[in-house]
Amino acid sequence: MSAEFLVACDVGYQYPTRRGIQSLPVLSRLNLGLVEGEFFCLLGPSGCGKTTVLNLMAGFLQPTAGVLTLAGRPIERPGADRTVVFQGDDSLFTWLRTIDNVAFGLRMRGVPKHKRHAVAREYLHLVHLDGQESKYPGELSGGMKQRVQIARVLATDPKILLMDEPFGALDAQTRGRLQDELVEIWRKTGKTIVFITHDIAEAVLLADRVGVMTSGPGAQVGAIVPVDLPRPRRRGSPGFGEMWEHINTIIESEQADVS
Amino acid sequence: MTEVRPLRQHLAPAALGWLRFLDLAGKIKGEHLIYIASIVGMIVLWHVVAKSFFKPQFFPGPLLVLATGEEMIASGELFEHIGISLQRILTGFLIGSAIAAPAGLIMGSVPVVRAIFDPYAQFFRFVPSLAWLTPVVLWFGIGEISKVLIIVYTTIFIVLINTMVGVAHIAPNKLRAAACLGATPFKSFLHVTLPATLPFILTGMRLAMGNSFATVVAAEMIAADSGLGYLIFNSRLWMATDKIFIGIVCLGALGLVTDRFFRYLVVRFAHQYGPIE
Repeated sequence: MSAEFLVACDVGYQYPTRRGIQSLPVLSRLNLGLVEGEFFCLLGPSGCGKTTVLNLMAGFLQPTAGVLTLAGRPIERPGADRTVVFQGDDSLFTWLRTIDNVAFGLRMRGVPKHKRHAVAREYLHLVHLDGQESKYPGELSGGMKQRVQIARVLATDPKILLMDEPFGALDAQTRGRLQDELVEIWRKTGKTIVFITHDIAEAVLLADRVGVMTSGPGAQVGAIVPVDLPRPRRRGSPGFGEMWEHINTIIESEQADVS
Repeated sequence: MTEVRPLRQHLAPAALGWLRFLDLAGKIKGEHLIYIASIVGMIVLWHVVAKSFFKPQFFPGPLLVLATGEEMIASGELFEHIGISLQRILTGFLIGSAIAAPAGLIMGSVPVVRAIFDPYAQFFRFVPSLAWLTPVVLWFGIGEISKVLIIVYTTIFIVLINTMVGVAHIAPNKLRAAACLGATPFKSFLHVTLPATLPFILTGMRLAMGNSFATVVAAEMIAADSGLGYLIFNSRLWMATDKIFIGIVCLGALGLVTDRFFRYLVVRFAHQYGPIE
């Protein structure tokens, strides 16, 4: 399936004018087309507007110019077809056990308890959290919490997973393991993934295509780099270093343009 | 070379040593021992100071207070006062919390509602309930209703403000997560805002409970013929300082017991909503 799936067309975003002071646009004339089932990494320096792009895709924000569509329909509000894995752990429902966190989306749809728990257990198994279902988020490690978030979004069977630097706060070892597991989950489920990161190596390791964002204000997706390295990838795999260099050169040249 | 230690460090182990000797079953832990030592020490100090320097009418010692307490228990007078005060406190506290918690949740979540009611909340929370005592008695009589209303009033603002603070403290990502998992605004309110705010509501209720104790005394002093506040104020007429002390001890003990009980309920039934200290 090669038809474009999630499309951003001339999208601009600008925070509302406050006390007569007009802010600079965060994004302007941003164009992007995602293919169904692909693993897309959005790469860019901090503060360039990556999270704003994700918030627009999720429907938390509305673009001030242009339009975003998913499978031909404009994105107007948050919906269970586009679920978000957030950066920190403050999005977990601390008063619910792990299994009820994962089953939350199904509960919102009115799925009866035994059924939604059965589904939640499946996804907890997928993210290697068997036996943790009755713990509260406060009792889990950072890596486990991010696994709960991944299981929680998968359980609602979304069309697209939006991930905002989900492994940014984890130690290197845990991050490495979760990156591998995420690729495995993506292969098993066939979901479309939009993954935001500022780490070139992470993007090269995970993505089918990497969209390099220009620095703001008025940020856009500049170059789109296909990563055609065979999977499973290792940081030492042939071609990995060259790909890293290639993307790094693009980022540096874009930054040179700005300054 | 001899080590020079502060006096405190000499005394504490000595006191603990004695208590350990008394605690033959060995069930009491170090921290508890310090509590007990502190309480026993204070009662002894009270006794010594009262006996040495004052007349009993001016400053009654613990033995006299205890004897008066026994008399009042025997005559049934004490439990009558305690019962009626506790009833007023709990009724007002529960009604006030039942109004303020939902109101705070709605005001915290719906900007329009907040804009309408917030000015009144911010204004009246600075007006102590006792300022209303005369108008309330004028409008509702000197019966139970007035006293309960005064406590409802005291409770409402504390629980309301705490609940609103709680709503403001919800991590935006929790509400966003709920929205992208398919929660409607109402479901999000029910399944995220309410449970996430519960620790703040409970903390507000606990603070309000303390204020209710203070308020009931004042209300009973001015407009009642029963209750601990009445006992304290009425005993003044006969210089029955020992009875006043009984009232004071009962208030402290009742407050402590209800607070512990409240904490127990929270830990037992609501621990997953976040710790409350």
